[in-house]
Amino acid sequence: MRRLISGDRPGHPLADLLMLALLVGLAFAPFLFPGTKSMAAASRICIFIVLAASYDILLGYTGIVSFAHTMFFAIGAYAVAIPLAQGGPSWGAIVGGELAGAAIAAVLAGLIALLSLRVQKIFFSMITLAVASLAGIVAAQWRDVTGGEDGLTFSLPAALGPGFRMVQEPFLGVRFDGRLVTYYLIFGVCLVLFGLMLRIVNSPFGRVLMAIRENEFRAEALGYRTVIYRTIASAQAAAIAAVAGGLMAILLRYNGPQSTLSFEIMVDILLMVVIGGMGTLYGPALGATVIVLAQYYLQPGLQAASDAVTGWPVLPQLFHPDRWLLWLGVLFILIVYFLPAGIIGTLRRRVR
Amino acid sequence: MKARRDVTAWVLLPVVALAMLPLMSFSTWVTLTIAGAAMGMMLFLMASGLTLVFGLMDVMNFAHGAFITLGAYLAVSVLGRMAGWGGSESLWLNLAALGVAVTVGAVVTGAVGAVFERMIVRRVYGSHLQQILITMGGLIVAGQLVVVVWGAQPLQVAKPALLRGSFLVGGAAIESYRLVAVALGLVVFGVAHAVLNRTRIGLLVRAGVENREMVEALGFRIERLFVGVFVAGAALAGVGGVMWGGYQEIVTATIGDEMTVLIFIVIIIGGLGSVTGCFQAAVLVGLTTNYVGYLTPKLALGSNIALMVLVLLWRPRGLFPVAKP
Repeated sequence: MRRLISGDRPGHPLADLLMLALLVGLAFAPFLFPGTKSMAAASRICIFIVLAASYDILLGYTGIVSFAHTMFFAIGAYAVAIPLAQGGPSWGAIVGGELAGAAIAAVLAGLIALLSLRVQKIFFSMITLAVASLAGIVAAQWRDVTGGEDGLTFSLPAALGPGFRMVQEPFLGVRFDGRLVTYYLIFGVCLVLFGLMLRIVNSPFGRVLMAIRENEFRAEALGYRTVIYRTIASAQAAAIAAVAGGLMAILLRYNGPQSTLSFEIMVDILLMVVIGGMGTLYGPALGATVIVLAQYYLQPGLQAASDAVTGWPVLPQLFHPDRWLLWLGVLFILIVYFLPAGIIGTLRRRVR
Repeated sequence: MKARRDVTAWVLLPVVALAMLPLMSFSTWVTLTIAGAAMGMMLFLMASGLTLVFGLMDVMNFAHGAFITLGAYLAVSVLGRMAGWGGSESLWLNLAALGVAVTVGAVVTGAVGAVFERMIVRRVYGSHLQQILITMGGLIVAGQLVVVVWGAQPLQVAKPALLRGSFLVGGAAIESYRLVAVALGLVVFGVAHAVLNRTRIGLLVRAGVENREMVEALGFRIERLFVGVFVAGAALAGVGGVMWGGYQEIVTATIGDEMTVLIFIVIIIGGLGSVTGCFQAAVLVGLTTNYVGYLTPKLALGSNIALMVLVLLWRPRGLFPVAKP
């Protein structure tokens, strides 16, 4: 067990407990929380844990602020969606698409990172913002391949379809159908990727990344070619994000600019990483869970709050169900002020 | 010490404009050049505050687009209430309506900027990472609050009647609104340039951009200066937002966010901290957008990114670098 998490425990009894609960909850989600909506939420949580954790390698471990991370997420999603939409359902298309997406994302991320050779850190953030918006335009304009704003709808191999039955009889009230197979495919891949990321950040390579974050000049003086390290970190994070994107396409059986490429998703990722705690990997996992659950279940709560204050002047608009992002934004600012290390990071500090 | 005049960067603008002339008819070129200049002036209004704030205080405000959005929505509200003046036959009343909108936009966004500086930016001096994060948070909250106040639907700007049309000069169609935008931009650039180069406060601002510690060591309170620059920058962004809202005629809650990318491109090309560079870069980006938009519409934004990459390869710190690396 220790080797599987690379000897990197969450670090505080409460954090350990939270992570264990999260792992158990996700591993047995179809049995603990049956139902289409909660299954979709659990799958999204898995995918966003990987996406947010891969962003944490950049933001939390290396100190790079990139706004192009959703671009890699989308590249992976399109790499799976395009062959499936054009060539029909096949396992080859899924596996090949995932691998091709990861490779393309890694190369592209490497190229963009090499550009940061010549510019300051703050320029890099702005450039990635520009590149990301360019990607959005390409996805929307290149209709023949990406389906434009409408996106691509496709079907999956029969084993992942709702009609498929592994066992005829339901077990513990759960049908062993294609949805279950899809969920465990997503869960398994995400678990492996998360373990891989723990391995990356706890390796000597990961230590160098942290050294770069703390003091790039000193890391360079110690003899590390920081540009190379940053480039490799960017490429790794991009490849992992691309695989997560492919899983997203499989989950939705659809991919379009809104589902994987929009700036809202980039904002969500930032929220996840910062709320959970930068530079911990477990923090983004917790943050992803909180944000996805908020997306699914906060809106009804806000509806109740909005109903409770009807008749007041501005309050009903402030608590309108569509304003959940407002409250997350307020929470985000408060966390950056008062818990700059995030939830997991703050818990870790208490132990030390 | 007067720096050597940087000729190469200055001739870039006319060279780009003239290079496009053989690719299109003269009247089209005139139309596009004025359109590009107008867009550039509005970009300059929106970007100038941001570049000074960065140069002076090393603060990167990713929420600058929120001021633009606010300005555009103020244009909707003010011009909507002034339909009497805006719909009249008199050009002066039309311009006055726009003038009131611009003034209200400047005052309100300036005030919001002061609050924003106090509540959001002041606590995170010195840490770029925290600045980016906290101003992103501010952007989310500000964008949502705009929706709370004005609603989520796109709104129409009641543009003054006489500023709607265009007129022909020697076969080239010129929109009158664009001329107003160019005039306003030139006036603001002139005033900003004069304030920065001819007044004591301007001297302190420029000195602060070049070496903040030294100015502080000489006993000046640079924080106060910074608040002033931040508020002025927010007010200018508001003015830019009013003009841009009137130009687009349809205002949505993302109007400022869409401009943010272009504004970043402008201040990167211009060189962080340089108002002159910001002005040149804004016009350059405006011209490129319009020329390329006419020649190959699909490449319009891509062309700006390509322009930025080219400029950075040529001069890694922008055309007119001022701020410390």
